Amino acid sequence: MSKKANGIISALLLLALFGLVLMLERTLPPTHIALTVLKKGCIYALVAVSMNLLNGFTGLFSLGQAGFMLIGAYTYGILTIPVADRASVYQYFDGGIVQFSVPVIVGLIAAGITAAFFAWLIGLPVLRLKSDYLAIATLGFAEIIRAFFQWDKLGRLTNGSNLLRKFPTFNSIAFPFLVTVVCIGIMVLIINSSYGRAFRAIRDDEIAAEAMGINLAKHKRMAFCISSFFAGVGGALLAMYQTSIQAATFRSSMTYEILLIVVIGGIGSVTGSCIAAFLFIASSEWWLRFLDTEMYIGSFKVPLLRTGFRKVVFSVIVMAVVLFARRGIMGDREFSVAGIYNFFKKKFGRKEAAK
Amino acid sequence: MSGNILRAENITMQFGGVMAVDNLSLEVNEGEIVALIGPNGAGKTTAFNCITGVYEPTNGCVYFCDELMLESYPHGKMKRIYQGSNAAKYTKRVTLSPDKITKLGIARTFQNIRLFSSMTVFENVLIAKHMRAKQNLLTAAFRLNYAEENRMRREAMELLEMQNMAHLKNEIAGSLPYGIQRRLEIARALATDPKLLLLDEPAAGMNPQETQELTDFIRQIRDDYHLTIFMIEHHMDLVMQISDRIYVLDFGKLITHGTPEAVQNDQRVIDAYLGVSEDA
Repeated sequence: MSKKANGIISALLLLALFGLVLMLERTLPPTHIALTVLKKGCIYALVAVSMNLLNGFTGLFSLGQAGFMLIGAYTYGILTIPVADRASVYQYFDGGIVQFSVPVIVGLIAAGITAAFFAWLIGLPVLRLKSDYLAIATLGFAEIIRAFFQWDKLGRLTNGSNLLRKFPTFNSIAFPFLVTVVCIGIMVLIINSSYGRAFRAIRDDEIAAEAMGINLAKHKRMAFCISSFFAGVGGALLAMYQTSIQAATFRSSMTYEILLIVVIGGIGSVTGSCIAAFLFIASSEWWLRFLDTEMYIGSFKVPLLRTGFRKVVFSVIVMAVVLFARRGIMGDREFSVAGIYNFFKKKFGRKEAAK
Repeated sequence: MSGNILRAENITMQFGGVMAVDNLSLEVNEGEIVALIGPNGAGKTTAFNCITGVYEPTNGCVYFCDELMLESYPHGKMKRIYQGSNAAKYTKRVTLSPDKITKLGIARTFQNIRLFSSMTVFENVLIAKHMRAKQNLLTAAFRLNYAEENRMRREAMELLEMQNMAHLKNEIAGSLPYGIQRRLEIARALATDPKLLLLDEPAAGMNPQETQELTDFIRQIRDDYHLTIFMIEHHMDLVMQISDRIYVLDFGKLITHGTPEAVQNDQRVIDAYLGVSEDA
């Protein structure tokens, strides 16, 4: 199957998926859990792919994703709250100092750029570190940022520890879906470009990459900024989904959730991260919910089912994945139409040969 | 002073109290094949790492094509504990990172093969073309650099064809047999368009027949690509056959240098390799 045909069929599939999602939205009641899962799944898929770009493709083990999402969310909120509503949002801080607002798209891009800028700044010292040390430093950064944004003295900008709200949000699932598709598309283009190859070379062997003329500092910083840019956009989308922003929600546990998605999906697989994001959100928000409520079959009370049991089962599933499918759902392969085509061709080809 | 492509002067590398390389001066002339030999732990690889910018030498300087490439003098803690000579001779610090040195035209291979093992053979070679490309992130991401990208791909493919590795282009580098991995590493180094190629034990782990093939191969790439080759090697057959000149290191010090015949018959070299009897 040619590359072109593969691309066209993939695009058609994506379009069909988009149509299906829109149809679901029309037919299901607006509060149905499936819609929540799809919206949140889109956002988590975007952030997971951005984390995979850094952890899976460049080999930099960073745990700062929640911090960059927070920066993105705040930037979006601060820039897009309508001027008329600022007085009520910033009621404890005299209406805040930002007295203009920008369109949603500009706000999203600004969210990404601000997150990338912060990444560039902290990348200067932090990217000299390797493996675990880098993880600890970025995790620390994310925690500091969270505290910093709640600081009273910055209240006129960040509203302190109060909520930011009344900024434009989305109703239709089309918006997060499209933004995610565009962002992931750009990341895939980068991964498949000459720079993406350089990133993978750094992941495979830093010393050899340097001996091949790849400027390590420059390329690591580049990967870090790109990843943070899209984490920032993801943070802004999450803010839109939640309709309010509070620094306290961007805990390190959010980073771990995303890391879990990356690991389950397969480190170094974009499609794996996307699939795992939806599976993760669906299990934690929907499919495993029944475990949290008591259940009777006739007069028999099913044991163990009570609030919190969902998390126990979830942990067991995660452990099973880590033990038995260490490379995740996709490993470092990608889900593609051509791949499936070849798979079936091989299977049927072999059968015919056997006959 | 013309004609030499690489000139190292008084290179000293001291790690804490250990002198790994002590006052090493050497020259490699254009078009030559020069070997650096010595017993295990003599400091050969350290010398290579100093020249390619992996380590900053404690003292000394390196000229490439008659231009100052690296220079250093003992500073910081080394100022106090430096045990070598010529400490006052150098006053500047000129450092270049390995990628800049590769860009100048010095390519190298490694003692323990360092391929990008999860990437294909083709991608391994293609990576080397990245550093000279004029693209930026945006043009590369949105494929506005297709002319350049196509040129890089064509050049990489031509190189693979010349090395008779075109049929392997979609193989994962890490899954190749050992001998082919060695050849691929050299091919990858050639793809950076070097003037000087540093080979760190290219024949390590090879049997006599493979070593013979490698000997011919090294000669051939020298002629095909107009290279100068500077290599570390333990296989004396190979070294004696193809080297124009040989430098011998022992315990970090240069003990002699000269033509293969001269080195072969030098008593100091024999002593360094075989040891000196106590009562002599």
